[in-house]
Amino acid sequence: MSANAAVKNRHGSAVVTLPSDTEILITRQFDAPADLVFKAYTTPELVKRWWGFETSEWLVCEVDLRVGGRWRYVIRERGHEVGFHGDFREIDRPARIVSTEVYEQFPGGEEAAALDIVTLEEADGVTTMKVLVKHARPEHRDAHIASGMESGMQISYNRLEDLVRQA
Amino acid sequence: MAPTLTTADAFTAVADAGRRDLLSALGTGESTVGDLVDRLRLRQPQVSKHLGVLRSVGLVLVRPEGRHRFYRVNGPALKPIHDWVRTFERTWNIRLDRLDDLLGELQSNPESNK
Repeated sequence: MSANAAVKNRHGSAVVTLPSDTEILITRQFDAPADLVFKAYTTPELVKRWWGFETSEWLVCEVDLRVGGRWRYVIRERGHEVGFHGDFREIDRPARIVSTEVYEQFPGGEEAAALDIVTLEEADGVTTMKVLVKHARPEHRDAHIASGMESGMQISYNRLEDLVRQA
Repeated sequence: MAPTLTTADAFTAVADAGRRDLLSALGTGESTVGDLVDRLRLRQPQVSKHLGVLRSVGLVLVRPEGRHRFYRVNGPALKPIHDWVRTFERTWNIRLDRLDDLLGELQSNPESNK
């Protein structure tokens, strides 16, 4: 959050594409070694500092980083609890993590689990992260996008509220 | 808004993989039905049917010239789909910008790298 940290960044550069009617692909580059990105992605103390939003209150952040191990994140955002969990299918430090992901507020439970394939490729000190989210059904993918948009809108409202307060 | 499945619009038109292939095949150029039949290895009635659906929601435009009809993608009609994805992209940007900041902090101050 310090001013120094913001000197070199690539804010706003994540790109989302829809490779098929059941998939979402998020691509983003970071000026950091893959090993550090992997660490920030899988260490609870660090996950809490970026996943979710500035306004999120963390209730659960558990990562049992081994094949078959479980992860679970629960945050409270403006009074609403939002939970995600899954289990790890593949771990290849620092290049690849495959896990399932269940959005706990979404009807359909475990059957609506998505498969997340995270790949980290480092070249010349820049790590390219790709998050491929594979859903079983097109309607699950569309619901995922719609729910993601809701939280994005929530953030905009929060920011608006902050602005209004300062004024 | 999330796409609804009850009305014919750009979202329902591209829900079909065959129609997405057809849009990709059209790309940025113009094609006749015959060209599309050859390139997609589909039968002519199928190609015509897909083109009909895409035209009905305005995703494809047609230009008659002599005995031929040339089809092309109508870019602006894809905008609702583009906007839908971009809104979701903003959410990811907020999250990954925070990761970016954290990585910057961890590199400039390794002691906070627990």
